[in-house]
Amino acid sequence: MKIVIIGNGISGITTARHIRKLSNHEILVISSETEHFFSRTALMYIYMGHMKYEHTKPYEDWFWDKNRIDLLFAKVAQVQAKQKQLQLEDGRMITFDKLVIATGSTPKTLEWPGVNLKGVQGLYSKQDVDLMEENTKDITDAVIVGGGLIGIEMAEMLRSRNINVHFLIREQYYWNSVLPKEEASLINNHIAAHHIHLHTNTQLKEIIGDENGKVKAVITHDGIEIACQFVGLTIGVNPNINFLQNSEIETDRGVLINEYLETNHPDIYALGDCAQFRHPKNLHPAVEQLWYTGKMQAETLAQNICGDKRAYERGVWFNSAKFLDIEYQTYGYMFNKPLEGEQSFYWEHPKGKIACRINFKATSKAVTGFNFLGMRFRQQTANDWIKNEMPLQNVMQELEKGFFDPEFFENHYLAIVEKFNTDYPEMAISVKKKKKFLIW
Amino acid sequence: MSKDISLAVTDGSGANKLQKTGIALLAFGVLATIIAAFGAGATQPVLFFWLSVGFISAGTLVYAYPYFQHEAGIKNNNIFKNGMTNRGALAWFTGLVLTGFYIILYWFPQYLEGLIRMCDPLSWLLRNKAADQWFLYGTLYTLAVLVMGFRFIGKYRHNRYQIIRTLSVMFFQLGFAFVLPGLLLMFNQPEFYFSYFWPLKYGYLWPNDINYVVSSGGLGYFMIFWGAIMTFIATPLLTYKYGKRWYCSWVCGCGGLAETMGDPYRQLSDKSLKAWKIERYTVHGVLVFIIITTIMLWLNSAWEGGLLGTWSGNFSQWYGFFIGSIFSGVIGTGFYPIFGNRVWCRFGCPMAAILGLFQRFKSKFRITTNGGQCISCGNCSTYCEMGIDVRAYAQKGENIIRASCVGCGVCSAVCPRGVLNLENLRDEK
Ligand SMILES: Cc1cc2nc3c(=O)[nH]c(=O)nc-3n(C[C@H](O)[C@H](O)[C@H](O)COP(=O)(O)OP(=O)(O)OC[C@H]3O[C@@H](n4cnc5c(N)ncnc54)[C@H](O)[C@@H]3O)c2cc1C
Ligand code: SF4
Ligand code: SF4
Repeated sequence: MKIVIIGNGISGITTARHIRKLSNHEILVISSETEHFFSRTALMYIYMGHMKYEHTKPYEDWFWDKNRIDLLFAKVAQVQAKQKQLQLEDGRMITFDKLVIATGSTPKTLEWPGVNLKGVQGLYSKQDVDLMEENTKDITDAVIVGGGLIGIEMAEMLRSRNINVHFLIREQYYWNSVLPKEEASLINNHIAAHHIHLHTNTQLKEIIGDENGKVKAVITHDGIEIACQFVGLTIGVNPNINFLQNSEIETDRGVLINEYLETNHPDIYALGDCAQFRHPKNLHPAVEQLWYTGKMQAETLAQNICGDKRAYERGVWFNSAKFLDIEYQTYGYMFNKPLEGEQSFYWEHPKGKIACRINFKATSKAVTGFNFLGMRFRQQTANDWIKNEMPLQNVMQELEKGFFDPEFFENHYLAIVEKFNTDYPEMAISVKKKKKFLIW
Repeated sequence: MSKDISLAVTDGSGANKLQKTGIALLAFGVLATIIAAFGAGATQPVLFFWLSVGFISAGTLVYAYPYFQHEAGIKNNNIFKNGMTNRGALAWFTGLVLTGFYIILYWFPQYLEGLIRMCDPLSWLLRNKAADQWFLYGTLYTLAVLVMGFRFIGKYRHNRYQIIRTLSVMFFQLGFAFVLPGLLLMFNQPEFYFSYFWPLKYGYLWPNDINYVVSSGGLGYFMIFWGAIMTFIATPLLTYKYGKRWYCSWVCGCGGLAETMGDPYRQLSDKSLKAWKIERYTVHGVLVFIIITTIMLWLNSAWEGGLLGTWSGNFSQWYGFFIGSIFSGVIGTGFYPIFGNRVWCRFGCPMAAILGLFQRFKSKFRITTNGGQCISCGNCSTYCEMGIDVRAYAQKGENIIRASCVGCGVCSAVCPRGVLNLENLRDEK
C-alpha cells in the first residue's frame, strides 16, 4: 500500500514514523518548505543565533533513507480525491492508496491599509525567518501586532538585536484571553523589564509606507503614530487549505475530520494545524494548533491507517511556553477565569517572577488544573491528580512531590502552604520543615 | 568591527560599550604579555606580572559584566552569528594561538623564559622556589578558571545548580590544584594533587611515582593511601550515588577549564551518531591501554625489570607524550574553538571512561524528562558539550542514561520548556 503524506511538519512526520514502526507500507512525504523535517518551535532561536537551521532538525539526514520514508521536495497544487492522485505545482502526478493531509497553517492577516508594504510580515515558516532577517537588517524600531505566543517570541527575537519594540495588544494584559489577570500582569511587568514598549488596549488602524513602498510607521485606532521600519503581524494562524478547493474534500476553517481523523473521503485523512474536528468535545477547540496535539493525533492516525482503529483521545490537557525568561506550564483546563463552580488558589513570589495557581471544584474540592510560572512541575503528577480528582487539601500536602526545578533551586513549598493556610483557614494543613542533608 | 567578527554578547546599546572597554583592557594585557615574553618579564617580573595578569583579568571581567546587567535567563544570543563562537576566522586564530602555546610549553619552554621569570615572585611566595614552565602554566590555568568562572556565573545566574557547581570547580582548581601543591613544595613535601586520581593522573598508581612519593615518609604514605581510596572506593561509591558529575563537572581541573574557559565553545561538539561510535572506541581504548600499562609496570617492577627491561621507561614516556601532552593538551584544549570544549574528556580521558561505565550500568543518576513537554527545539543537544543528542531521548519522553554525560546540567538550563532534570534517584523506602 502506498501512503502519501502532504506536509513534513510534526504531524506528517510523526505519522510517517509510526506507520513505519507498525508496517511495511510504502511512505512518501511531500513538502515544499524544507527538504527535511525541522522543529518549527525553534524558529526564533535561529534568528537569535542560539542555533543554526541544521540544529533544529531532530533527525540526521540519513534517517529517512534508513527507515524507508521517501521525501519529495515539491508543492502540491491539487488533490483529485476520486482518482486518488495529486498534482504537483510542476505538473507531475502522484498516485496514492491513502492520503494524509498535514499542511499546517499560514499566518492570519486582516485587510489593514498598507498590509502589503515591504517590512510587514507574519512568522510561521522557515522562509518567514529568512525574510525577517532581511526585513530587520539595520533597523531601529519595530511594531508587533497581536499579543499571543508568537508575538512575544517575535519581541524577544527583535530585542536580541537591540531593536526597539512596540508591542500592540488588544487587552489590558498580555495574553489575557487565556491567562488570568494575575499571571498576565506578572508577564506585563516582565515585558517592561525587557524594555519592550507594551501598548495595551491598542489596535492597529493602518500601516504607512514611504516612497519606496517600505513601511515607515503605523497608526493605532486612537490615532497615535509610531515610527517603525518593521511590522510583525501575530494575530493568529489559519489552516493552510487553499489548495484543496475543488478537491471534493469537505472543509470549513480547516479540513473537516471526525474523531478518527478521517475526512469525508475514505482513505483520506487530515490532522494537525490544518484539521478541524466536526464535533469537538466540550472545552476542546475545534482546531488544535499545537506541537503536542499534532504529535498525539499522529500517533493515533498511524494506528488507524495500520488497521487498529481508535478514536483520538488527548487525555488531560497540558501546554507550555516561555515568556522571555519566564517558563510557563499548564495542566487541565485553565482559562482566564475559573470555570463555573470552580475556585482558584493563587500564590506569587514577592519578586514577581514566579507564581502558581490551582483551580478546584467549589463543592467537592477536587483539583481541576494548574498554572505554573517560573517554576517547573511534573506533568505526570499533575495529570494523575487531575484525572483522579484529588481533593485540594491532599494536593497541598503532596505538592512538593511534583516540583521539577533543578537541584539547589529555592524551594517555594512552605511559602505556598503559608498563603494557602491564610486564604483557606478551614482547609489549613500543617507541614513540618524537613531537613535535607547535602551529602547522602 | 564588523558584525560577523564582533565579540559582543549583544550588539549596540550600552552593554557593548562596556564590552569594548573590556576588549581594550584585554588587548593591553596581551600586549604586556608579549613584551614580557621577549625578555621584559625577566628584568621587571613584578611589574609585568601585574600588567599582564591584571589587565587580562580586568578585561575579561569587564567584558563579562553585562551578563550581570541583563534579566537573568539564558543568553545565547548571536552565538552562531559570531565568528569567535562559530568557527569563524577569529576562532581559528584563537585555536592556533592556543595550540602554539601548548607546543612551545611542552617542547620549547626556553622561548617562554620571559614569562616564566615573570612568575618567579609568586612562585617564591607560594612554593619557595623559582618558577618553571609548569608553574607558569598552572598560574595561567587557574587564572582562566577563575576569571571565566566569573563569566559563567553571570551567564547562568538564573540557575543555582550552575552557580554552585562553578564555585566548586573554581575552588578545587585554586585550592587543590594550585595553592596546595605549591605549599607542599614549600614544606619540602612531594608535589601532590589531591583532586586528581589514577587513571587520569596515571602516575599515582605507577611504581615509579609511588616510590618517589613514599620516599618522603609519613605524608607520602597518606598520599598513596588517599589516591588508592579515591580510585577504588570513593569513585565507585560517589558515582553510584551522584553519577560521573561529582568529579567531571564539580572537581576535575580539566573539566573545570572546559566548563569555564571552554563554555563559549560548548555548542561546537559533534552530535552525529558517527562521532558517538568513534568516541566509544577511543575513550575505552585509552582506558584499556592504561590498565594494561599499569599492570605491566607492576609486573615489571616485581620482576625487577625482567619483563620490560629498559622498555618500562619508554612505555610511560610514550603514553605521556601521545595521550598526556598531545591529546589532552594540544588537541583537547588548543582546539576548543574548533571542536568544542570537551574533546579530551569525551574522546580520550580514561577517568571519564571508568566513571562512565559506572554511570551507565550502576548509578542512580539520570536525566529525567517531563512527560510529553518536549518541543524538539534542539537547544539541549546543541549546548551539550559531550555531543549527546539529548533531544532524541527527550522527545520520546525517555530518561537519559549515557556514559559520557558529565552532568553539567546545561541541557536542563537551556531547555525552554523545563523538560530536563538531573536527578539522583532516591533509595526506595
Ligand atoms: C514561531 C512558532 C512557535 C511555536 N511554538 C510552539 C510551542 O512552543 N508549543 C506548541 O505546542 N506549538 C508551537 N507552535 C505551533 C506548532 O509549531 C504547530 O502547531 C505545529 O508545527 C503544526 O504542525 P503540523 O505538522 O500540523 O504543520 P506544519 O508544521 O505547518 O507542517 C506543514 C508542512 O506542510 C507544508 N505544506 C503545506 N502545504 C503544502 C503543499 N500544498 N504542498 C507541499 N507542502 C505543503 C508546509 O510548507 C509545512 O512544511 C509554534 C508555531 C510557530 C510558528
Ligand atoms: S547531557 Fe546535559 S548534563 Fe549531560 S553532559 Fe550533556 S548537557 Fe551536560
Ligand atoms: S531543549 Fe527541551 S524542548 Fe528543546 S529539544 Fe531539548 S528537551 Fe526538548
